[in-house]
Amino acid sequence: MNLMTQQERLRSELEELVERLGTERSSLMPILQEVQRKYYRISDYAIQVIADLLDIHPVEVHAVVSFYSFLDFKPKGRFVIRLCRTLCCDMANKDRVARQLCNDLGIQFGETTPDGKFTLEYANCIGMCDQGPALLVNDHVYTRVTPEMVNQIIVGCRQVFGLHATQQPMEQ
Amino acid sequence: MITSTCRNLTFETIEPWAGLKRAMELGQAGIIREVTDSGIKGRGGAGFPAGVKWNLCAAAKDPLKYIICNADEGEPGTFKDRVILTDFADLVFEGMIIAAMAIKATEGILYLRGEYTYLREGLEAQLLALRVNKKLGENACGVKGFDFNIKIRMGSGAYVCGEETALIESLEGHRGEPRNRPPYPVNTGFNGHSTAVNNVESLAWISCILSKGSKWFSQHGTEKSTGLKLFSVSGDCDKPGVYELPLGITVAELLVEVGGSNAKAVQIGGASGRCVPAIEFDRKIAYEDIPTGGSVIVFGPGRDMLDVAQNFLEFMVEESCGQCTPCRYGNPTLLEGVQMLREGRCSAGYLKELVSLGETIQIASKCGLGQSSANAFLSIVKHFKEEIMGRAIGDA
Amino acid sequence: MSEKSIFENISRAPTSQRASEIEAGPKGAIGGTVSVTIDGEKMKVPLGTTILEACREMGVHIPTLCHHEDLCIAGVCRMCLVEVEGMRTLQASCAYPITAPISIRTHTAKVRRARRHIIDLMLKYHYGECYACGRNNNCELQSLAKEYGVDYFRFGHPEKPMYEIDRSSHSVVRDMNKCVLCRRCVRTCIDLQEVGVLEAIHRGEKTIISTYLNKPLGKVVCINCGQCINRCPTGALRANDPTDEVWAAIDDPSKHVIIQTAPSPRAGIGECFGLEPGTPMTYQMNTALRRCGFDKVFDTNFTADLTIIEEGSELLIRLYKALVEKDESVALPQFTSCSPGWVKYLEHFYPEMIPNLSTAKSPQQMFGAVIKTYYAKMHNIDPKNIVTVALMPCSAKKFECNRPEMCDSGFKDVDYGLTTRELGKMISEAGIDLPAMPKSDFDDPFGTATGSGVIFGATGGVMESALRTVIELVVGCKVEDLFDHADIMPVRGFDGIRYVELKIDNVGPVPSIVSHLVPNWDWLKGATLKVAVAHGTANAKKVLDDIKAGGKFSECHFIEFMACPGGCLGGGGQPIPTTPEIRAKRAEAIYAEDSACEVRKSHENPAILQIYNEFLMEGPCGHLSHKLLHTSYTARGKYIS
Repeated sequence: MNLMTQQERLRSELEELVERLGTERSSLMPILQEVQRKYYRISDYAIQVIADLLDIHPVEVHAVVSFYSFLDFKPKGRFVIRLCRTLCCDMANKDRVARQLCNDLGIQFGETTPDGKFTLEYANCIGMCDQGPALLVNDHVYTRVTPEMVNQIIVGCRQVFGLHATQQPMEQ
Repeated sequence: MITSTCRNLTFETIEPWAGLKRAMELGQAGIIREVTDSGIKGRGGAGFPAGVKWNLCAAAKDPLKYIICNADEGEPGTFKDRVILTDFADLVFEGMIIAAMAIKATEGILYLRGEYTYLREGLEAQLLALRVNKKLGENACGVKGFDFNIKIRMGSGAYVCGEETALIESLEGHRGEPRNRPPYPVNTGFNGHSTAVNNVESLAWISCILSKGSKWFSQHGTEKSTGLKLFSVSGDCDKPGVYELPLGITVAELLVEVGGSNAKAVQIGGASGRCVPAIEFDRKIAYEDIPTGGSVIVFGPGRDMLDVAQNFLEFMVEESCGQCTPCRYGNPTLLEGVQMLREGRCSAGYLKELVSLGETIQIASKCGLGQSSANAFLSIVKHFKEEIMGRAIGDA
Repeated sequence: MSEKSIFENISRAPTSQRASEIEAGPKGAIGGTVSVTIDGEKMKVPLGTTILEACREMGVHIPTLCHHEDLCIAGVCRMCLVEVEGMRTLQASCAYPITAPISIRTHTAKVRRARRHIIDLMLKYHYGECYACGRNNNCELQSLAKEYGVDYFRFGHPEKPMYEIDRSSHSVVRDMNKCVLCRRCVRTCIDLQEVGVLEAIHRGEKTIISTYLNKPLGKVVCINCGQCINRCPTGALRANDPTDEVWAAIDDPSKHVIIQTAPSPRAGIGECFGLEPGTPMTYQMNTALRRCGFDKVFDTNFTADLTIIEEGSELLIRLYKALVEKDESVALPQFTSCSPGWVKYLEHFYPEMIPNLSTAKSPQQMFGAVIKTYYAKMHNIDPKNIVTVALMPCSAKKFECNRPEMCDSGFKDVDYGLTTRELGKMISEAGIDLPAMPKSDFDDPFGTATGSGVIFGATGGVMESALRTVIELVVGCKVEDLFDHADIMPVRGFDGIRYVELKIDNVGPVPSIVSHLVPNWDWLKGATLKVAVAHGTANAKKVLDDIKAGGKFSECHFIEFMACPGGCLGGGGQPIPTTPEIRAKRAEAIYAEDSACEVRKSHENPAILQIYNEFLMEGPCGHLSHKLLHTSYTARGKYIS
């Protein structure tokens, strides 16, 4: 394994993934979702390999990745915090939660912390309108978030992160 | 943490799998007749009669057919599908199996929005149990030759994928851009095959209809909008949550239920719906008057309606697929107009131009979502001119 | 002998952009008609006809933008909206197949207002002024604005550009400030050409047409075919224009400026001057070029003939090695190499098949090398003072002449590639009314052209020329004995892929021109020569995949590939617009010129015989030929770094 370059390793992992999920065009979304989940991004090289394996053009994969909010070719943090900004959460004072998130993470929306742990984003309606403000941390939902709760959420994430700190995702 | 307050849902009282049992007795034609007789229309918001859709699908000569459950609930203010999938997923799967029997589908797909990924594990477990219990798989439900399976596919954060043809595009691995219609999915759907796309709630109700009979269902509601409906209620009211109410209920009646009687306006149907001012609270929530997928957002006396218009337009600008000109460029133009109103530099003449543009968006856009993207803006301008015109910066 | 059945044209474009096929299948498949009422007038149309087609049939003009006859239906611009009775919303007429009787209104207040709004919105995002645009007077957005009486910017107009212009490609310039997102280029690049350089990325207001990861066009897998330019309704895509440099060379008295002109521009340039497509302008153009200041006007057909001899000889060598010497390393079928778009396509997508590609240069590059060696010596001109300009119907030729290896004369063999459109502009700029020019001939010593060279401009032309020569050299009879008037009809036409078999019953003596290559033809007696023709790289892909899979095309001996639909006459440097009808008319002009030629076979061209006598004395595929007239290729691969 050590002799393999990171690109070769990524390629063989992608080949395995495509083998499992299928080479039809309709497998593209599940493949991309899996890559995003595993590597926190869909890298340039990954796009080209996926396109190659599915016999489509890389620009088509790029077009798909750029269309969906949850897919990205820029690296995202281990924890992606998505604060709902749609009307009900907005009416429930999401702005205060937003400010606290920025303060506690030291980044603005759309940014990732320098240590690669957190990405802060807005989401459009996440279906928690009766319990706003709501946010998602990766796949977990938090409702009725107060500015005070923000810190607990972040601390909770850092603890989880500590456990998995040795599992470095692949960069290339 | 994620449960919403629900009140007296019929779904709680339904005997599991009674609908399926009856469906098996009725057979293909019988199921479609029962669904048609119930008068149920699509609970996602578009309001297409489910019986008609199934009939078209059943008539399509295609060896491969699909039943897709649209769980891409993205309309602002809507969360009833999340509740159904959390508490009553079996009713939805039952509905999908019934649909498969009715249209002779070979595969079912639940398209779950990426924001609801936390529901996936539970749903997969339920599907596994159904496979173990032979409700799914080869000779499903013990019916010889009825091979039917359901798989879950995830969305990845795109509101427009709630539009059925965009959803199919997404399933096919494309950008979620709505297709030209015709052809309709019932003829040319997923991978070119005949496909029925039904909303989560529609499928759950269909299980109830089969179980309790079409008459039971159609006794509720109005002549053109039969049956019960779940409403997702949020905003400035005492008791937000999910409500089961008959269609045809007036806005005022609904407000009494939810404790929001002092509202100055109610947004019905989310960002693509319309804003109903207090003077129109006697109007009915029904396909023939104010249609909705169930989103009800209550605005208390202190709300700034321009904030509402702006938030919804920002949503639309962000979530438009960008394919057709009116929706792609029209909504940002309206949003600019809102900014001008906010800063008090929008002439009455230009506001009129914007309204006219909004009307063009309604009739010229390619898909249903585009066509309704200007609704909120138009209804707010119509009813709250006094509030939104002649402002100075800093006015609220 | 067209080969349609096994190659169903399956579009890979998003289904939303595919043509709508009604249940009954494509238009008219089940027969039957349906009645349509358009603005109160009734008519019957075949079931499945679109509203747009019905309206055109009736002579009702419907404005369109994203619609293009060569491409699948998009229905995205919404310009062609009409009111259909009983429907709340307006319908895009291009995307609406009529399957039941309907009544349509084409210019109600709603329709007019919506169309006007759409134009207003496009102008709100369209940066640039018409008088400072290469597409001034030939722009569909501009025409629509005029049609709908736009006299102010209702929703504003950009004051600053939003995007940097991408000039990284030798061939295509992208200016996204002018893009209206009709997506014709996307459909062209993905569906028509199977190259896949352009797609819509992002969504909503941020949607933009982009290359892969927005890399410069010069760095991605673009084959420079320029088909996107031909279909762009605005000035967002255009060719990299060297006219300033060409004028500068003309204005420099120390430079001897030579222009070689390919066959297709003559059949197209009239369109730049308001003439009907297919009006040949060969001899008027010669005069116009001299008046513009070019020192010599040569006919690229000369090197087209030379290509036939060189490429044909190469084929004979390959066949001899394979069939007689049983050398299994010989790559067959041999592929033509005159289309630089096609060559780059192969280098990117099928690099493993480069050995199949003929090493013969394209006629343009052969001419450049010949001019700066043979001609320079003959006329005692220092080649460093010679500027060679190539008038081509092609944008990829610009890239080709800039390939670093194309300097075999010791200088850049071809200095500038000029498109038909660019020459049209130069002629206008010089105040010359092309159609009114007196006729004049090409300059010697390459003046005498053959019909074989001329038909290089149409798909199948290279194959027909090659067959005319091969038949006569090998079989020893006249082509006319086998095909009326030497018109080899089976290789002509616009079917995407064509396959032809020719049984060689008899063989003649080996003519002197190739006698150094083979001792006799006995080994070809009784053989069946299998050839094929494909145009448009999407069709090329089908043939290549078939070869890889060991299908019937793998048994071919020789295949002609052209990157552009229709061949060079439909090239990316030809006048805009392009439609199947326009291309058919240009083809007519080309075949008419062939028909009128005194000499119609490459091996009978006296100038060709002369160059082998005087200069390339080792004959075809000899040492000097190899140095000047042949080249090598680069395995580029499709991965983009």
